[in-house]
Amino acid sequence: MTAATPTAPALPTDWRDFFALTKPRVMTLVIFTGLCGLLAAPVPVNPVLGFTAILCIAVGAGGSAALNMWWEADLDAQMKRTASRPLPAGRMPRESARDFGLVLSFFSVLMMAVGVGYLAAAILAFSIFYYAVIYTMWLKPRTPQNIVIGGGAGAFPPMIGWVAATGDVTLMPILLFAIIFFWTPPHFWALALFVEIDYAKAGIPMMPVVAGRHSTRRQILVYSVLLLPLAMLPFWIPGGAGVVYGASALILSTIFLLLALRVAVFRQGVGEADMGPEKRLFRFSVFYLFALFAALVADRWIMG
Amino acid sequence: MKQMPQFPEDPEAERKRIIKQRNLMLGGLLGAMVVLFYFISIARIGG
Repeated sequence: MTAATPTAPALPTDWRDFFALTKPRVMTLVIFTGLCGLLAAPVPVNPVLGFTAILCIAVGAGGSAALNMWWEADLDAQMKRTASRPLPAGRMPRESARDFGLVLSFFSVLMMAVGVGYLAAAILAFSIFYYAVIYTMWLKPRTPQNIVIGGGAGAFPPMIGWVAATGDVTLMPILLFAIIFFWTPPHFWALALFVEIDYAKAGIPMMPVVAGRHSTRRQILVYSVLLLPLAMLPFWIPGGAGVVYGASALILSTIFLLLALRVAVFRQGVGEADMGPEKRLFRFSVFYLFALFAALVADRWIMG
Repeated sequence: MKQMPQFPEDPEAERKRIIKQRNLMLGGLLGAMVVLFYFISIARIGG
């Protein structure tokens, strides 16, 4: 953490700023994938306990996001995309974000343990530690592979959802974890390519800043190629997903791969500075994850 | 997200408004947690 401290606000902090610390947009995806993990599990879940599990996943994600914002307040101040967040904008004392993050993290794990189960609570606790400490504090400022490693943090929710329902870690939740893990680099590097200047200014060793655009585009393609068979694995393994998921995964992953090819290989008629293909890949990657997990749940409901 | 006014016309009234809203929000959350724990207990007792 760097030393600068934002100016103390003249007014008390508005509750909306506390809410903003939880990164609500990211939380939407976390809730969705966690819910899909829960609903795709092959056992019926008590609605109250299912709701509690999703609430705990969401609150835990919010807590780790607040800790992330506390630690990165100075970096956020240097980037246009993040400069209006509560801490860099000076609307909140830094310690409030830290305490808020710790309280949310603690209560989410406690409630998961008491209400749902110890294994789900243990994975939730590890995911918070992974994002706030291993990723944010340790690896993000040190290695251009930060996004690959950070992908692990975002990959936990469906696994926690599944474990909350079944109480067990099997191959399927590990596959759901792996899909998000391999989806994250092309998703995030596509974004990093068109906000590259911001990262460079903040001194974050993001792949396009360190390895250059060409290498980043190639690596986007590599992960996109790996994502296709990985997304198909739940269809191939015995007792996995059915044909609804299989067909959806094949179509979605093929489109993903074609967009990645456009980014990495077929750039004829697209200038080096034109980030159209990257923006299209980024937008589709968000839709891809929502659609893939929705297909998994639909498959469970339709195929039984 | 709503931006805080930098120079409110009446800082004391603005301060009271923010604190009141925060207290209401916190109270609502605590109340919701009590209700949730109540239902979790029923769900777990029911097996």
